[in-house]
Amino acid sequence: MVERRPLLTFTQHAVLIVGAAIFVFPIYLAFVASTHTGTEVNRGLPLLPGDQMQENYAIVLGEGLSTAGAPPIGLMLMNSTIMALAITLGKLAISLLSSFAIVYFKFPFRVLAFWTIFITLMLPVEVRILPTYEVVAQLGMLNSYAGLSIPLIASATATFLFRQFFMTVPDELTEAARIDGAGPMKFFRDILVPLSRTNIAALFVILFIYGWNQYLWPLLVTTDESYYTVVMGIQRLANSGDQLPQWNLIMATAILALLPPVIVIIVMQRLFVRGLVEVEK
Amino acid sequence: MRTKKVTFRHRWLPYALVAPQIVITLVFFIWPASQALYQSVLRQDAFGLRTEFVGLANFARLFADPLYLESFFTTVWFSALVAGSSMLVALVLAVMADRVIRQATTYRTLLIWPYAVAPAIAGVLWWFLFNPTIGILAYALEALGYDWNHYQDGTDAMTMIVIAAAWRQVAYNFLFFLAGLQAIPKSLTEAAAIDGAGPVKRFVTIQLPLLSPTVFFLIVVNVVYAFFETFGIVHATTAGGPGNDTVILVYKVWRDAFEGLNLGSSAAQSVILMAIVIALTAIQFRYIERRVEY
Amino acid sequence: MSDISLRDVRKVYSGAEAPTIPGLSLEIVSGELCVLVGPSGCGKSTLLRMVAGLEEVSDGEIAIAGRRVNDLEPAERDISMVFQNYALYPHMTVFNNMAYGLKNRGMPKDEIRRRVDEAAVMLGLDGFLARRPRELSGGQRQRVAMGRAIVREPAAFLFDEPLSNLDAKLRVKTRVEIRDLQQRLRTTSIYVTHDQQEAMTLADKLVVMNAGQIEQIGTPIEVYERPASLFVAGFIGSPPMNLLPPSAVPSLAPASAPEHALIGIRPESMVPADDGPIALDVRVVERLGATSTIHGRLPGLESDVIASVPSTVPADPGRTMRFSSPGDGVHLFDGRTGRRLG
Repeated sequence: MVERRPLLTFTQHAVLIVGAAIFVFPIYLAFVASTHTGTEVNRGLPLLPGDQMQENYAIVLGEGLSTAGAPPIGLMLMNSTIMALAITLGKLAISLLSSFAIVYFKFPFRVLAFWTIFITLMLPVEVRILPTYEVVAQLGMLNSYAGLSIPLIASATATFLFRQFFMTVPDELTEAARIDGAGPMKFFRDILVPLSRTNIAALFVILFIYGWNQYLWPLLVTTDESYYTVVMGIQRLANSGDQLPQWNLIMATAILALLPPVIVIIVMQRLFVRGLVEVEK
Repeated sequence: MRTKKVTFRHRWLPYALVAPQIVITLVFFIWPASQALYQSVLRQDAFGLRTEFVGLANFARLFADPLYLESFFTTVWFSALVAGSSMLVALVLAVMADRVIRQATTYRTLLIWPYAVAPAIAGVLWWFLFNPTIGILAYALEALGYDWNHYQDGTDAMTMIVIAAAWRQVAYNFLFFLAGLQAIPKSLTEAAAIDGAGPVKRFVTIQLPLLSPTVFFLIVVNVVYAFFETFGIVHATTAGGPGNDTVILVYKVWRDAFEGLNLGSSAAQSVILMAIVIALTAIQFRYIERRVEY
Repeated sequence: MSDISLRDVRKVYSGAEAPTIPGLSLEIVSGELCVLVGPSGCGKSTLLRMVAGLEEVSDGEIAIAGRRVNDLEPAERDISMVFQNYALYPHMTVFNNMAYGLKNRGMPKDEIRRRVDEAAVMLGLDGFLARRPRELSGGQRQRVAMGRAIVREPAAFLFDEPLSNLDAKLRVKTRVEIRDLQQRLRTTSIYVTHDQQEAMTLADKLVVMNAGQIEQIGTPIEVYERPASLFVAGFIGSPPMNLLPPSAVPSLAPASAPEHALIGIRPESMVPADDGPIALDVRVVERLGATSTIHGRLPGLESDVIASVPSTVPADPGRTMRFSSPGDGVHLFDGRTGRRLG
């Protein structure tokens, strides 16, 4: 910084540390709640972790909350993982292919294809809930992994990002590859995709979080509990009718539901930040 | 729109390459959206037997419906609060983190992870903390003499969902503010310091004006977030209550479609939402174009 | 060993008013290094890229080793190319950069290994085969690009300004290496450059191009000694040839010279002589060490006349110096057509 002002520096650190603490606070309390018995939590939340952690997590993972009519969280976590990975990999695959076509080929309807993809930006699930539901129902995709993931894998953002990146790949590389006898798909596989791997990794982080955190969509297309995802399923536990909510178990579920994307974001922070800033460019 | 100067030639390959994305877009985006447009000008009778064309009547009814207007203003108020509070907190934190250059990355790690938490989960966490009987925050507020109850008090409920929505979004705003601040050349602040401007004055006269594009961009992004991505918070916690005090538009369109089974009205609501997204996206793109010209 | 022949080759870009190359023929003999030189935009790169198959030929015919290649893919033309920015695959090792084209041809692994190793030794790249391009210096990258061309053992090498990304010192060194390599391999080569010095030093056959057309073909010495046009006279040689109206130096103009003729004298042909017919008012003297370059004015002329003289010749600004020129140092051009006279 320009000048040295110890008091100012101290204030900065204080503000940042307090800020960070406030952000961790809800998670910490959720964790505390998840380590006590239900009775203890309902009596008034202790501020330190208890000794029921193993029991509580074993219950939610293995048995689920029978009273809430929800399956074990283990199954929901698996469903969430399948959905998040299917959405992420699907988006990456079709976006890589379509941006390759749009950038590296001149063909009739190219601009039309671009605008068709572009328009998906303006049509989030939230604005076309019922008709999309009807389409999925007619295709018999309700209560299936396909129904959970395929309708969400069209992505204008990923396509734009790849298009932007492809435009920066030097033309000479393409020419060198042509002289080296590589056709379009070989060039795509041997050169373009390997060159894009940082972008792919960055998008992977963003899309995985996006996929994992889907709420409205699984709510629409699943009625069969065995296809519930954990982010969507948690409301079933929280709103368990007349029963008193079993807060210790709900919080254990919440911790399990937020852990995977949080771990991804922390471990791959650099890629995430880069990807986010690129996507919004 | 540009392609590469060097392109491949192939009769059918490019079509095969765009096909998966185009097919999914047509089936799950374009077709449902046009269905929504189509249904928004129809009305079904109570038994779903007869459908008639009613023109803009569905829209007219919506705008005459006090519940819809209330929901509209609830949403506007909600997004203003979410955008305002999360941006303000994020800006303060970013300015602090920008000044402590060496540890900026550490603080970034500590501050960005809430972005990974799903809105619905964030809602449930805060719902628990504010629970009138066992929630620690409700308890603390009671000690301060405030009787918190988001089951009965609409303001309390709104406050809770705003906090839950903003808590998660601060991380995002923080990232962009920090990036924006770090993009301001150090020589500018140094020159201002030599000119005798203290840290506060420098922030107001140098950094804030240069940050205004980021501010503008984030306003749009935050409004989009509050409008369209917070369904989970409301659905998993207040379910629109108490009364209709937290019925945001996205929640209403879902409820009218799946619980009220009012197709025409739900479709008309979808169309209005579409118009809002398109307007916001257009603003965002104009802004991006302008930034490109710099 | 194979020759390359271009017959009435034309290039018109769609939407362009004038053709980039209005029609051009050129024969390159087997084993020869042919340099295409000219200012930027003269069409030399376009021509090279048409030979490579990277640009479509609008009209005419290109044949490599007697085989018409107009409709062949670049990979099928049995050529290899060294690009200006090298175009190395950044994510591949040096070995894989060189091997990629061979792998795509389905060559057996041990044969690929043998060829790459051989080329690496020849180029001093053994020991770098496991590195990636970004871990190499500019000169090393340039040699990897050369290696990629060599391992293919093609009918022809195509060089597109391969030295322009190197600094001046390395450029001279690499120039010598390229010449040496080409002489050893005797592979027919086309080399594009805008640098006339590079062109002079490398070429077996020098092709000077301007505005999509060939101004002159010849050995470097032929082109230097008998420039066929005003353009060539000005482009080849540094500093450029002085071009003077006969009236400025009446005693040097042949009696037969028409009124619109121009007299060309290279700075190197300006010989200091006390009774010489050219009297220069010296303005600036640039001392280069072995030689000095004198910029001076002839009475009545707007532009400088330049003379290159040994540095032992005394020269100072403000003085008047007299020069003569031996008979074979005087060139005569038609000022209207730009062609050489006699």
